[in-house]
Amino acid sequence: MSPRKKKKKWNRVDGRDFNELRPLKIESGVLPNADGSAYIEMGKNKIMVGVFGPREMHPKHLSRPNMAVLRCRYHMAPFSVDPRRSPAPSRRDNEISMVMRYALEPAVFLDRYPRSVIDVYAEILEADGGTRCASLNAASVALVDAGIPMRDLVVSCAAGKYDGQLVLDLGDHEDQEGEADVPLAYMPKLDMVTLLQMDGILSPKEFDGCISLALEGCQKIYETQREALKKKYEVEEEEKKD
Amino acid sequence: MSALFESRDLVIPGDVLYEGRIRTGDNTYLRQGKVYASRIGLVEYGRGMVSVITLEAGYNPLVGDTVVGDVVDIELGRWNVDIDASVAAHLNVPDAIDAPFRPDIVMPDILDIGETVVAKVVDLDRWRTPILSILGRDLGKVEEGFTIRITPSKIPRLIGKQGSMVKMILKETGCDILIGQNGRILINGEKREQEDIAVKVIGKIDREAHTTGLTNRIQEYIKRLKEEFD
Repeated sequence: MSPRKKKKKWNRVDGRDFNELRPLKIESGVLPNADGSAYIEMGKNKIMVGVFGPREMHPKHLSRPNMAVLRCRYHMAPFSVDPRRSPAPSRRDNEISMVMRYALEPAVFLDRYPRSVIDVYAEILEADGGTRCASLNAASVALVDAGIPMRDLVVSCAAGKYDGQLVLDLGDHEDQEGEADVPLAYMPKLDMVTLLQMDGILSPKEFDGCISLALEGCQKIYETQREALKKKYEVEEEEKKD
Repeated sequence: MSALFESRDLVIPGDVLYEGRIRTGDNTYLRQGKVYASRIGLVEYGRGMVSVITLEAGYNPLVGDTVVGDVVDIELGRWNVDIDASVAAHLNVPDAIDAPFRPDIVMPDILDIGETVVAKVVDLDRWRTPILSILGRDLGKVEEGFTIRITPSKIPRLIGKQGSMVKMILKETGCDILIGQNGRILINGEKREQEDIAVKVIGKIDREAHTTGLTNRIQEYIKRLKEEFD
């Protein structure tokens, strides 16, 4: 099969268009014992995020006297991938935890809660590529649900290059077989980017294309996040009418 | 120079509420001449000010609040009390027994770890740690009853205008209900059924705090629950 022939009737593995997101579902307030929580399904990704705090930090010496500490934990469940993975945090888990923290910190008013901690736990129940973006989308919904003062929501989406074509929201296969992957997190109302990573090789032009594609995807995800947050209160209004 | 939402619209963090010069109220912030929401809630425009009545927020201790908390630690001369704020509150010995601290005082005999107290926030110290006191009427160690929790930002709704809502629940259920501003509510009823009704009613208020005509609906709800138990 020559590449040219393939391009003519070009189609992605799951039949999506190049700028189409995977099916997305977000729910807020799913864990009664957490201060705030969210559940996201982004394609086959299934992620649960719980937020606790602001609360007293233990160990105390890690707290900061002038602001709160945002502590993120990204963890993939042993059954989230095939074959089973070890439940111990890997180097990858640790790095994505850090990346999530960097992406969320600009959105949270940490200076309002000195000497305390805000914990964000993201548990990957099922992984299918782009888990860090999906975790960030759920985490920002969970932070709002926890009543933590925020500047804006954080929306995250990846774009990349697969089979010579720029595509939005890469799945697991495209992520591994593709040429490049650009995860991006964005605060839509403030128009600020809080996370930008790149894996693979892109020309400057392609890179710009990826960013505009990802920003476009972020706008769509933002609408879903808004709906998820508002839905928690709408359901009760229907109850009221009964 | 314009309001971008209607009053009592549901807004989420990052929503631009107002463009131009205006005083910023609770749960909003100003950035480059625009007023943004910082928490999810209902926006309120009024008297040259824009604010958000939040639906979700943790407890922010203020002097004068009555709170319900658990003793979590005993240090020399003070108890640390968890009141669901971002830091634990301090209850110093002179604020608990109305006498200065002496080294021969056996602190666990007065208050032990795990015990619940009703206390008043009397001060915030220079690091904004709440200082509590249990000297006063209706304050002190809790001997009976149990606590439940609701979102602290919904406490005003539970109390109602001039205490109308809580008075009604007290009258209808016959339970003793003590509301801590930190979202912990102490319930003590004579019968198990009365307590069950109180818990259910408070849960319903927590879920529906943002709706209108709540007091009447709660009254009907109590009536229905009572019929179920009879």
